[in-house]
Amino acid sequence: MKKIASAPYIIWMAIFIIVPLIMVAYFAFTSSDGAFTFENITKTEEYIPVFVKSIVLAAAATAICLAAAYPLAYILANMRLNAQSTMLMIIILPMWINLLLKTYAWQTLLGNNGLINSVLGLIGLGPYKLLNTRGAVILGMVYDLLPFMVLPLYTVMAKMDKSILEAAADLGCSKLQSILKVTVPLSVPGIISGITMVFIPAISTFIISRMLGGSSNLLIGDLIEMQFLGNSYNPNLGAGISLVLMAIVLIVMAVISLIDTSGNENEDRVGGARV
Amino acid sequence: MEKNIISLRDVSVTFGNEQVLNRVNLDIRDKEFVTLLGPSGCGKTTTLRIIGGFLRPDAGTVTFEGARINNVPPHKRNINTVFQKYALFPHLNVYENIAFGLKVKKISKEKIKSEVSKMLSLVNLEGFEQRSVTQLSGGQQQRVAIARALINRPKVLLLDEPLGALDLKLRKEMQRELKKMQQQLEITFIYVTHDQEEALTMSDTVVVMNHGDIQQIGTPEDIYNEPVNAFVADFIGESNIMGGTMIRDLEVEIFGKRFECVDTGFGENNPVDVVIRPEDIRLVEPENAKLTGTVESVIFKGVHFEMTVNSGSFKWLVHSTKAAEKGARVGMVFDPFDIQIMHKTEDSV
Repeated sequence: MKKIASAPYIIWMAIFIIVPLIMVAYFAFTSSDGAFTFENITKTEEYIPVFVKSIVLAAAATAICLAAAYPLAYILANMRLNAQSTMLMIIILPMWINLLLKTYAWQTLLGNNGLINSVLGLIGLGPYKLLNTRGAVILGMVYDLLPFMVLPLYTVMAKMDKSILEAAADLGCSKLQSILKVTVPLSVPGIISGITMVFIPAISTFIISRMLGGSSNLLIGDLIEMQFLGNSYNPNLGAGISLVLMAIVLIVMAVISLIDTSGNENEDRVGGARV
Repeated sequence: MEKNIISLRDVSVTFGNEQVLNRVNLDIRDKEFVTLLGPSGCGKTTTLRIIGGFLRPDAGTVTFEGARINNVPPHKRNINTVFQKYALFPHLNVYENIAFGLKVKKISKEKIKSEVSKMLSLVNLEGFEQRSVTQLSGGQQQRVAIARALINRPKVLLLDEPLGALDLKLRKEMQRELKKMQQQLEITFIYVTHDQEEALTMSDTVVVMNHGDIQQIGTPEDIYNEPVNAFVADFIGESNIMGGTMIRDLEVEIFGKRFECVDTGFGENNPVDVVIRPEDIRLVEPENAKLTGTVESVIFKGVHFEMTVNSGSFKWLVHSTKAAEKGARVGMVFDPFDIQIMHKTEDSV
């Protein structure tokens, strides 16, 4: 019974995940005439600056999301239940709007003749170059991906047993102390999934960087896209870069979960030093 | 005994439209074992949370050693709590859980170490320091929770149905241990439970609550033998509660028969509630008793037999070490001092 029920998923995964991955690997290790080669992988060395920039921007966006979402999730989880669902609705609402549209909207807002510069102009400031900057790319990433950080954090905190926080207060912790000594260590699983859900789309985005970052802020995503759809058509190289990107993401995620488990064990010491 | 350590004066709490506590007045003496007893929703846990500081009363005053503490947050009270589901910190091991309170107070490492090992031996958990609390059994988690609270040397320890999740044998064992700890450490224990047997076993004073009101405060003996109303009589142990008429002092009428009793001050020809404990009823030959009935059921309960005797107007619960035959006609007799007369209340059965 179990086997029959799981069959559709297995077939789905085989067709839409495993087979494409094999195809990517195949393309990555062959040249345009079908011969086996490592060239596509070694060639990505030329693009190290792009990789570095992508990692830095995605990491910055993830850090900002975490810093903004953590207090928000905490406040949210401690609201009255009715207020919680209303606030959640508001947070999730932007997710219903197409990513392309939202990014276009930011393009209009940030442009030299955009709303922000117009308003600043009224009080005699600017115009500032807002569009086509790294800042704009990070802003776009944060705006689009913030809900993906809030939701896992909120879920973990809402499920947290309130009596554990009461126990911390009972044992002498002020509000801040109980957040640092109890809430934060217990929300580590939410932090991990939040980072995962923000960092991965951020590092592989191409729309946000293309529309808000201009030609000087190309990211890996743009690079890959160009190999498949752009003038420099070269699907083998595109597959090679994709494979390298996947490896980088895997390594980053492995490192994060490693830091987290060791951080978990040492939490007590860290927390003690912090307070 | 000694002075009051905690006093509640006219404390009221409402959640929405519901009156959870209704002008509660309660004095708790130092070094006393007090139990708040009542059915769920009676306000006992609410009272405990007010004393712990987790809930502020809507009206009334809470004092601790004479000082008003209504607005003192929990972490500044010299009171610790053993929570209902233990509320241990799942990310810390046994040692770290117990040391938590002292660490917050920035006590030196060596001092914490010696205090924790003292506590571990108090609760019989030596050698468990490095265990994860999630791997402990319910009884062991319970002990960690007690040690974690007691290490702070509180003046008052609050226990919110701490034994609820344990099996019967372990519960009995922990009851004895808790009582022993309380006497040994000379700390005031305020204990919340819905289990009357637990309340009677451990307490110096039992506070019976219902619908946000205190029904009766007294020693276990008082509460059991002299319940003030039908609710208390019914809640504390099994009992036969029936309506009656107080003819005059020392005489009561039940089901048309008059009985001598020991109560006075209920007026003449006044309706009252009467309680007779099942173990106080003796079964005799029908011709030797004013009240007779037919045995409807006989259940073996281990120490005694539990029997139902139908006297036509009432089903009597009778406990006896000797079983009567099912269907037999029997007479029921009891002594004057086994009849407890109570004022009628809204809760009368």
